[in-house]
Amino acid sequence: MEYIIIFISAVFVNNIVLAKFLGICAFLGVSNRVGTAAGMAAAVTFVMVLSTIVTYLLQKFVLDPFNIGFMQTIVFILVIAALVQMVEMILKKISPSLYQALGIFLPLITTNCAVLGISILTIQNDYNLLQGIVFTASNALGFGLAIIVFAGLRERLELQTVPKGMDGFPISLIMAGILSMAFMGFSGIV
Amino acid sequence: MSNVKHFTNGLVKENPTLVLLIGMCPVLAVSTSAFNGIGMGLATTFVLAMSNMVIAMIKNLVPNKVRIPIFVVVIASFVTIVQMVMEAFVPGLYKALGVFVPLIVVNCIILARAEAFAQKNTVMASIMDGLGMGLGFTFALTILGAIREMLGNGSIFNFRFVSADANTILIFILSPGAFIALGYMIAIFNRLKKK
Repeated sequence: MEYIIIFISAVFVNNIVLAKFLGICAFLGVSNRVGTAAGMAAAVTFVMVLSTIVTYLLQKFVLDPFNIGFMQTIVFILVIAALVQMVEMILKKISPSLYQALGIFLPLITTNCAVLGISILTIQNDYNLLQGIVFTASNALGFGLAIIVFAGLRERLELQTVPKGMDGFPISLIMAGILSMAFMGFSGIV
Repeated sequence: MSNVKHFTNGLVKENPTLVLLIGMCPVLAVSTSAFNGIGMGLATTFVLAMSNMVIAMIKNLVPNKVRIPIFVVVIASFVTIVQMVMEAFVPGLYKALGVFVPLIVVNCIILARAEAFAQKNTVMASIMDGLGMGLGFTFALTILGAIREMLGNGSIFNFRFVSADANTILIFILSPGAFIALGYMIAIFNRLKKK
């Protein structure tokens, strides 16, 4: 039951992009087309779940027992950077087509605030490993939902005339604000 | 470009938040009040200037293939320092900023400036560039924080200037307000720059 609450809360109520503001760079930068948005969402999901598992285990078995919790930032970001490199190399070998599809997104994900942010939040929320995985996967799904919906909106926006000063980023941001308002409507569910 | 030019570059002409549009993650989350904005901005400025300096110092010793992980470790070390100092001296601010203090390490501005500037310039120029970019970021964050705090809370730097039961535009303190306020701020800044 609690897993369902974690899921609904992460996807709708506390959406990672629209409420927690993690992953904004990718959200605003990649959401021009629904296709690229979907590709980015898939890549982020993959990296996020993997890195949360690894960082969680590192925290519980290395950082906590040896009382070096202050190394968390350095260790986590190194793990994420290394993981992304590894995933790139493995994907290139075993599935070149998938590698081509994800293309440029993989190296970009290292600096995606969402991945490091969720790894840290999983530890801060005091979840066990299974809850952590559900939390991460749900957040990744929420990210995908937000970015794909936003890409659809932006594609529609291209057919409209926008005042010159607002063109590009400003109008996208205001649209994101309205989308965020819509998601606020979910806040009574949990 | 002289070193002073490097410094002023980051403040207006290439302001990272309003012109280059990088490092947006913390801008939206942290700008709920002017004080949070300044706190986050100064922390980021410190990390940016210090890591620019160190990276400019070691740039000739770093093999090209592993430069990104090395840069990341340098930046992460300074972020850890900032984390510990903040937790000790301004615990209220540290709690308000939450998960975004460790997230300074993946702030696109820092890695972008390390790659684009510190790697290719002298130590002094890199420090100036880091300070300029960081202060430009702080400037944008503080203004945005002040706007959101004034409209959404009727206060500025925790000094309340409306009566206790006045109606404030609450949406600006919440998530949508961040997007909308930033959108308008960039639009106005674009307009001012054109003039």
